[in-house]
Amino acid sequence: MLDPVTLAVIQAGLQQVCDEMDLTFSRAAFSPVIAEADDRSDGIYSATDGSLIAQGSRGLPVFVGVMQFSTRTILERIRNGLTAAPDPGDIYMVNDPYLGGTHLMDVRFAMPVWRKGQIFCWLSNTGHWPDTGGMVPGGFSASAISAEQEGLRIPPVKLFKKGVLDTEIWQIICSNIRVSDQRIGDVQAQASALLIGAERLAVLLDRYGDATVTQAIAEMRTRAAQQMLAMIGLITDGVYQATAIVDSDGVVNEPLKIAVTVSKAADGLTFDFSESSPPCMGPMNSVRATTLSSVYLAMRHIFPDVPISAGAFEPLTVTGIEGTFLDAQYPRPVSGCAAEVSQRIAEAVFAALVQAIPDRVTAAPAGTSGNFGLGGYDPQTGQSYVMYQISGGGYGGNADHDGLSNGCSTIGISKAPPVEIMEQKFPVLYRHYALHEGSGGAGQHRGGFGLDYEIELLRGEARASFVMDHGRTGPLGAQGGQDGAVNRVEVTRDGETFVPPHLSKAQDIVLAPGDRVRVRTPGGGGFGDPAQRDPALVAEDVRLGRYSAAQARLLWNWPG
Amino acid sequence: MMAGLVAGIDVGGTFTDLVIVDPATGAVRLAKVPTTLPNQAPGVLTALEEAGADLADIDLIVHGTTTTTNAVLERRLAKTGLITTMGFRDVLELGRRTRPNAYGMHGRFVPVIPRDLRLEVPERMDARGTILTPLDEAAVRKAALRLREVGCESVVIHFLHAYANPAHERRAAEIVAEVWPNQHITMGHALLSESREYERGVTAAVNASVQPLLDRYVTRLADQLAARGYAHDLLVMNGNGGMVSARSVSKEAVKTVMSGPASGVMAAVATGRRAGMTNLLTYDMGGTSTDVAMIRNGRAPVSNEIEVEYAMPIHVPMVDVRTVGAGGGSIARIDAGGMLRVGPESAGSTPGPVCYGRGGTQVTISDANLLLGRLPAARFGQAAEAARQAMADQIATPLGLSVEQAAEAVVRIANIHMAGAIRMVSISMGADPRDFALFAFGGAGPLHAVALARELAVPTVLIPARPGITNALGCVVADLRQDFVRTLNRPLDAVDIDTVQAVFAEQDAEGRRLIGAESIRLQSVRAEFSADMQFVGQTHLLRVALPHGKPSRAELQRLFEAAYHHRFRVELPTIKANLVNLNVSVIGERPEMDLSALIEPEGRRAVAEPVSVRQVWFDGWVETPVYWRDHLPLSLSLTGPAIIEQMDTTIVIDPGCQVTSDTDGNLIVQVPHA
Repeated sequence: MLDPVTLAVIQAGLQQVCDEMDLTFSRAAFSPVIAEADDRSDGIYSATDGSLIAQGSRGLPVFVGVMQFSTRTILERIRNGLTAAPDPGDIYMVNDPYLGGTHLMDVRFAMPVWRKGQIFCWLSNTGHWPDTGGMVPGGFSASAISAEQEGLRIPPVKLFKKGVLDTEIWQIICSNIRVSDQRIGDVQAQASALLIGAERLAVLLDRYGDATVTQAIAEMRTRAAQQMLAMIGLITDGVYQATAIVDSDGVVNEPLKIAVTVSKAADGLTFDFSESSPPCMGPMNSVRATTLSSVYLAMRHIFPDVPISAGAFEPLTVTGIEGTFLDAQYPRPVSGCAAEVSQRIAEAVFAALVQAIPDRVTAAPAGTSGNFGLGGYDPQTGQSYVMYQISGGGYGGNADHDGLSNGCSTIGISKAPPVEIMEQKFPVLYRHYALHEGSGGAGQHRGGFGLDYEIELLRGEARASFVMDHGRTGPLGAQGGQDGAVNRVEVTRDGETFVPPHLSKAQDIVLAPGDRVRVRTPGGGGFGDPAQRDPALVAEDVRLGRYSAAQARLLWNWPG
Repeated sequence: MMAGLVAGIDVGGTFTDLVIVDPATGAVRLAKVPTTLPNQAPGVLTALEEAGADLADIDLIVHGTTTTTNAVLERRLAKTGLITTMGFRDVLELGRRTRPNAYGMHGRFVPVIPRDLRLEVPERMDARGTILTPLDEAAVRKAALRLREVGCESVVIHFLHAYANPAHERRAAEIVAEVWPNQHITMGHALLSESREYERGVTAAVNASVQPLLDRYVTRLADQLAARGYAHDLLVMNGNGGMVSARSVSKEAVKTVMSGPASGVMAAVATGRRAGMTNLLTYDMGGTSTDVAMIRNGRAPVSNEIEVEYAMPIHVPMVDVRTVGAGGGSIARIDAGGMLRVGPESAGSTPGPVCYGRGGTQVTISDANLLLGRLPAARFGQAAEAARQAMADQIATPLGLSVEQAAEAVVRIANIHMAGAIRMVSISMGADPRDFALFAFGGAGPLHAVALARELAVPTVLIPARPGITNALGCVVADLRQDFVRTLNRPLDAVDIDTVQAVFAEQDAEGRRLIGAESIRLQSVRAEFSADMQFVGQTHLLRVALPHGKPSRAELQRLFEAAYHHRFRVELPTIKANLVNLNVSVIGERPEMDLSALIEPEGRRAVAEPVSVRQVWFDGWVETPVYWRDHLPLSLSLTGPAIIEQMDTTIVIDPGCQVTSDTDGNLIVQVPHA
């Protein structure tokens, strides 16, 4: 058996290889989605089955565990002759959601690491491209009803052959995506992250020997499984149920249900989703890989100490997704899976497990990326533009404290763009950018507050689209706490204000100068009985204008 | 004209350190006394007494203080009000939508200014600085009176797009000053004239809310020094590694946050220059954390984008010191999967490591160092045995190792984490750590430096004569410095190159004027010019050093392409360059300080003689000679294994490493690599 010191040393070394890949990718990337919002991830995968060995700690959380599914698919397809076998220097590219992916905009690269003519392992990364074609710029159409409308779908192909970019494939891609001129910068960044990872890994292998590292990888997997099991041991044996409601699929205005039954047994946790809604017509479907990694993501938020590796996922079994909208098949549209449905799956897991381990899990966080897109033509610059305002919301109250206000989405970690930058780039004026007052769910520890902003279109015509959620029901309270406030979109056109029929989703609402859009994002769920809240804290919230006196009287029986 | 004595005083978390140098003779006096909190002045005065200095003989006192750092981190701030654009008072509370950790949905944030002290007034500019809503002067007046009435000491005026047109901020400041005569008015655009309302607002808010505290502190200290006979200006270290007069320091008080780490880096620059080493990685390991900075070509790295803690960005030029969460107090434990982990939890200085005997029960890196014979057991008495027991119970037994093997594992893993962090710092700055020497200081830095150098494949380690007083030394050697940033943010081919040259010239002149106004003896004044650039469409910036302040367009293009290729190994001929910021730093260089007297020439032996021999663990017990550093000959040459002890630190030399000394008493360790 490997000595524990060498084991820990190799584990730290593999982790650093991944962290360096993450950093290289972001620093060199052009697309602000990658460079600023860190919408990318890098990892090391098994040569035999593609399972996850180590993943960068700076990757976007939504990608926890997800690239092992695409890597596995590539390996299977190579075995079955569907994809050409690799030569040294080859880098594959794939974005097909149904082949272990997320949505089309998440483009994965995968590259074997060669040792003495054999493949030792694979390196893979994923980066969110600003556009991959499809019916709307950016790929988030709230009304798509098939995959083709969402963009160009690429099966695993060698974009780099023996180290050289295949310009023919590249030209096909460039002819099918918008703003293609800067994408070569992102492609070079994505490839260079893998090459730097391979260089670093070679140093590690040379130092400790391939056999020792192989042994360490196997041992790490066992240890991670043990650690996850030990954490799960904190949960009392039993069955915990919860349901999260997605407002609608964007096409058919009916709620979708994510119902999870979590069963705890000695050998692990089973997450049964079989009571969830069937596949939907609009783009709120999820694919298998995304559904599984959403469960992993939720567990990682609950037990952040367990390293991200295939071993940690072993004690977690996901069942019953076949036939539901959480395991959609081609050609169901899926653009909402990574940013929205994933968070709601995590919310269902939080809401189930907070019953079992209330000291570790918070009440539900805002749970939407709050994606507001505005596309139009600016007569002043003579150019078309696509603007995205992605917003945070309140986090759930918890056993220790009130929820954080305006936290980023459960699946993200990126910063919101400054108002000043948005106004520099786009013909809009923000009328306010403020706390969503009264939005935190009441509780002993209340939820955090969402965001309340309003923008006015200044010039030209534009079309507004929304892919958000939590418009029907607020983020769930826990342990007697109340739900946070719902997401609210209001459009004022020609002086008349209306709420879109799907509440949180809409596409191509035409705006003229002077028209306005106001968004109030959800507050977090409250935690614990509101009656248990320290009256001084209620008074403080009223004094600071976070709740009106009337709200405080209603929610907390405040005497003031 | 004889210059008098120069004193550097650094107030750290635990100790206040003093160095007094006589530039004429090179003579040095030192003192180390406990830091006094929250008022640091008594500690400073005690240090001066202890050194037996007559303040009348001192020409210059330079002071590094953590007054503002502590105030920010502990939110012990002056009551401060905000007057801001209608609709935007919550910007300071909303932040930029993040959370403290990537994983885990817990987290808290306390804004610098509470919501009831953030008042809005009607006014609005657009992004080009065109007035959309004129300033409501009556509302400003009312807001100022309200803030005065509720007892605010200082006020921030922060309007949207004030970087593009500061007219409203200026007018509002006039009105506030009229109705409320007040030394503490901060305008957002005045400290940082670039877009990003959260960063600019926080920078201004921190400035205003530490200003009265710093003002009171330095004024009181300056008075007390004067009462004891000091007849000159008190200077304060800024976070940019330069110093400014106490008279003006509080105007831009925010610049003193990070003053301590900056002076450490400046000491490394000066020490390295004299030793002929201009590429250094500074490695300052303390009890709870480790500070790392990268010095290239003898220049301290300066960044405009430091985040001092979660959601607390301070965007003024400061020495770019990165903090790693590993220190002597980092806790080692076995996780639920049976894997050994070290940190990030820390026992800090209270209760501290088990071996301190102050109630700490969890084993730490310091305990491991003790058990491996790297620290002298005698210094710890009974607690050493407790450390052994704790290591046995908590690490060795569960892993089936001996106590020594367990301790070695703890140190190795800690080293790997620190090495990884140092590597990430260098990569994010576009450099390879192997091209640098490691400059180790702080109480624990020299314990780990040689092992870290092995891990990083760094060939040379430099350990200064007095690792424990490096920050105070930084105060003595620092220059005067003024930094300027001007944002253009235009494609290079659309930039008016005359404007670029004019901006450089104007800022150069302003810097020289400010530096000329200080009554300090200078050797020369020079300016450094640089441009922050990117390819159009990118968001990250690359700093391009310029040889002079009159660059042509072609020169900017060429230098940017070269810098980009050097960093990313990529050429992008089809994409245009964007010129974002113009930076000028004007530096008033002080005469070089002779540091050779930092070491005690008396008591040196002709050859290195160990004071004792003890068992030290290097992959097994090794008989290791222990030297007292003050006895080592100046023409030292010895081969590890060795332990070198001195008053304020212990140095571990691994077997096979060569140690020499230079005339300043620096130890230079050559670390062989396979």
